[in-house]
Amino acid sequence: MYLDIERKIVLPGEEISLEGMKQGNGIYHDNGKYYSYTMGVIQTYNSYANIIPLAGKYYPVRNDRVIGKVIDIAPSFWIMDIRGPYPGFLHINDTPWKNLDQDLNKILQVGDTVFLKVNEITESRQTWLSLKDAGLRKLEGGHIIMVQPTKVSRIIGKGGSMVNTIKEATGVKVQLGQNGVVWLDGPAEKVMEVRKILRFIEKEAHTSGLTDRVKKILEESR
Amino acid sequence: MIELGAQSDIKLINEEGLRNDGRKFNELRPIRIEVGVLNRADGSAYIEWGGNKVLVAVYGPREAFPKHTQNPSRAIINARYNMAAFSVDERKRPGPDRRAIEISKVISEALEVAVFTEQFPRTSIDVYIEVLQADAGTRIAGLTAASVALVDAGIPMKDMVVGCAAGKIDGKVVLDLNKEEDNFGQADLPMAIIPRTDEIVLLQMDGNFSREELEQAVELSKKAATYISNLQREALMAKYKSQESEKEGERSE
Repeated sequence: MYLDIERKIVLPGEEISLEGMKQGNGIYHDNGKYYSYTMGVIQTYNSYANIIPLAGKYYPVRNDRVIGKVIDIAPSFWIMDIRGPYPGFLHINDTPWKNLDQDLNKILQVGDTVFLKVNEITESRQTWLSLKDAGLRKLEGGHIIMVQPTKVSRIIGKGGSMVNTIKEATGVKVQLGQNGVVWLDGPAEKVMEVRKILRFIEKEAHTSGLTDRVKKILEESR
Repeated sequence: MIELGAQSDIKLINEEGLRNDGRKFNELRPIRIEVGVLNRADGSAYIEWGGNKVLVAVYGPREAFPKHTQNPSRAIINARYNMAAFSVDERKRPGPDRRAIEISKVISEALEVAVFTEQFPRTSIDVYIEVLQADAGTRIAGLTAASVALVDAGIPMKDMVVGCAAGKIDGKVVLDLNKEEDNFGQADLPMAIIPRTDEIVLLQMDGNFSREELEQAVELSKKAATYISNLQREALMAKYKSQESEKEGERSE
């Protein structure tokens, strides 16, 4: 069995016994009792009990690295699709480019894919993005694969172990967006192999011992 | 011919106390729920409830359009109940009619109670309920499947809304009417609850009930709803269980 006690799946409205833990994500309380509000697996972290959802959209968090696509251009900012409930805005001042009098179209066009970070989320959930940090850039060439945003942490693995395993074994350049967009660059057949593995991780995300199983698959395919 | 409003001479309950499809007064039709049947939707569910076949797709939360429908403090729930042209004996004229608009509204309002809408200001959560085959009680079947689809889409909810209908045939209160019973019975009472708190989130009545009969019908429905709630949970778990067994198969190779 891969489903040990720690990976028990809970459903909305199911009572959670915190057992001295603090109330974390995915838990609400009513009449002094605690209940789950999403379908997910319970995990404890730093004395907080959290419910890691099994499905759901991407909800931006400050400093997340995401991959966005330009969907529209305003006078001084780009409007980006970051696969969340709201579009993201990238202001020209938050980019390394300094040509204010220039047409924004000449820098990033509609349809361009960019690796960004979430800079700020306002009270009304307006999401401002930034390109001013190490590693952030426009992505050119390569392939885009969409995965479920809730499964991204499993693709990264503990301290990046999973993604590093994949990179080493296949030699494909991988850029992971926290919003479930994965950019891959390399020979087509290798990219397809990585795609297959990503689909496998997505399907098996709620089970444990994944990295070892992925390693095995990678070795077998060689 | 039966005159409108008159008692029909069709017997719906036989001498042994069984209904025309062989059920007892407190017996449900067979129910089967399946989760994640559509790939493009954020969440989906399919329900077969007796002769009812209903498909539900959930999208969102996403920016609400047109913009004036946005609520700056919470999400809006947009349920759309739609009957396929081929879902009933005589072709149903496609498109929303008075009945479909009403059902969409009551379903939206029932789901709104359970969903944590305040977490997603300015968005809409769209629930598309497509009735492929109708056999009485489609609004409740649709609502029951809709809350399963919402969970499948990962939308935060207090609990899963679940419903059941009760009615009166041949002067007796019975659970979960089928088509003949609905057409020739005296009353129909669809109801939906939040099982954890027993809150009633949808209650409609067509026909006449005395106060005692109404209370009896509500009690029957509540009991049945708890049972259906378990079916919902099993269906959701099965989505992840089936992958377990698939994998087990892979390992034995």
